[in-house]
Amino acid sequence: MIPSLPRPAWLRTATAAYLIAFLAFLFLPLIVVAVFAFNDAPYPAPPWRGFTLDWFLGNSSSGRTGLFADSELLGSIWTSCIVAACVTVLSAIVGMTNAFLIERGRFPGKQVLSILMLAPLVIPGVILGISILAFASRVADFADDTLGLELDFLRPGLPLVVLGQFSYIATIATLTISARLRRFDRTLEEAALNLGASKAAVFRTILLPYLRPALLGSAAISFLMSFADFNTTLMLVGADTPLTVMMYGRMREGATPVLNAVSLFLMIASVVLALTLLRRGGSPRPKPDE
Amino acid sequence: MRDSRWHGRLALGLLLAPALLWLGALIVLPHVDLAVLSFRERTGPRVYTPSLAQYKTFFAEPLYWHVFVRTAIMSVIATFLTLLLAFPIAWIIAKLARGRAGSLLFIICLIPFWVSETVRTLGWMILLRESGVLPALLVKLGLTAVPVELLYRDATILVGLVYTSLLFMVVPLVSSLESLDNSLIEAAYDLGAGGFSILRTIVIPHAAPGITAGCIVVFMLTLGNYLTPTLLGGKNSQWFTEQIYTQFITRFNWEQGAAFGFLLLGLSTALVMLGLRASGQRFGDVMRRT
Repeated sequence: MIPSLPRPAWLRTATAAYLIAFLAFLFLPLIVVAVFAFNDAPYPAPPWRGFTLDWFLGNSSSGRTGLFADSELLGSIWTSCIVAACVTVLSAIVGMTNAFLIERGRFPGKQVLSILMLAPLVIPGVILGISILAFASRVADFADDTLGLELDFLRPGLPLVVLGQFSYIATIATLTISARLRRFDRTLEEAALNLGASKAAVFRTILLPYLRPALLGSAAISFLMSFADFNTTLMLVGADTPLTVMMYGRMREGATPVLNAVSLFLMIASVVLALTLLRRGGSPRPKPDE
Repeated sequence: MRDSRWHGRLALGLLLAPALLWLGALIVLPHVDLAVLSFRERTGPRVYTPSLAQYKTFFAEPLYWHVFVRTAIMSVIATFLTLLLAFPIAWIIAKLARGRAGSLLFIICLIPFWVSETVRTLGWMILLRESGVLPALLVKLGLTAVPVELLYRDATILVGLVYTSLLFMVVPLVSSLESLDNSLIEAAYDLGAGGFSILRTIVIPHAAPGITAGCIVVFMLTLGNYLTPTLLGGKNSQWFTEQIYTQFITRFNWEQGAAFGFLLLGLSTALVMLGLRASGQRFGDVMRRT
């Protein structure tokens, strides 16, 4: 019950115990991943055999491939970064035009369109993936049969992965940016226009600075979500594998603690990004949001 | 005057183009194409005829619909467990913790979800596999004579699914509980209501929109999950998304895969609708809430 009402001692104890158990449940998997990145053993499993940095620094001379020598893994991190950067830029642009469309535009069918914009969030990622895969192949086949064109970017590969992730991350960007645009005080804009500013000047000097936090926030969320996406990516991936798919493949085979090392690196990077964002007052939540 | 109207139209057109391109080319058309795929049958090399064969196979082959029903039931159980686990923590954050402690606790609860699902699943695998941390601990405590395999069980899949879903339940619950006025609870208490009847008649009705929003999102994500069931459940996972993957990617039987995709999409949509109907809410409001 609430603090202003008397709470029996057993209830206080139970609450505290629950809180501790809950936090342990939340953090145990992450702690285990981090700890076993430093275990001096060929597999991420107990017992503890002493501290080592082999899984970060190891190379052929030590007989263990550490993260910084594992070119396959490093390559997949780079692939993920490229994909995430493309998705972030695309989502920010489309999110912004959508925000103005929904908040400012007046046209028939607006209600339907704004509902449709939410749809990608309720379609399972696997299905987004296969539908885009099938449709892109059909278009590519059609171009090949009728025009003799080889549209390679429509075959499984990074361009399709970018499109697949963008298809639902754009919704999140739209929601974040339009939530902020909705709270904008239009009198500021009118005052500037009355004082003779051009529309372009109003956009550059008033609206854009006002939307900056939402743009940065949605960019950070888009980047993280793209980096972490698995379901949609799995269906569209070609020869170059992004990190999540690469990790998945190795986890099925029973991998060395180099995966723990890369996970630790991911944890630190994403928590730093999240906390910076929180400090700046953006949205702290990572998924279908705001 | 006419000039400015023309400008307005042009601006609207420019804003509308990205939205229509995104929704048309990546959401609507691919799903139409998927529907077309699912309603046809290959009768010869590159010859297809419209048919219901794919759906017939689904009902005729017990394996397929067993997996489908199993996925649905497990998802419902996972959603319910998530709600049960998340409610007390949301209550602590929204009502019991004072001032900064509440928001600090909230942020602490969000942190694990900034890390990708792959990393969290890796943590669970290290904890639960036969050579892992928990089986070793059980042996040390004398509870089991030899290490037991804790992976590849239904309960393990549920733990993993609940863990991944917690955030999407905690966030809407906290925001709906925060808006509950404490004086209502105090009044009920002064009038002699016990803890349980306060929960039943005041707290739950007030939090209903948050509960629905959380349950809908969690159910959807669980149903469409691929990573957690396949890694924690191994060969015993029997998750429906896995069937879709097998048909689409491994067997290259796109017609069958498309039909499976539509069945999953249908199930997910039906349950979302049911949830909305039961709680009398609109889709847009729910999505904005979560």
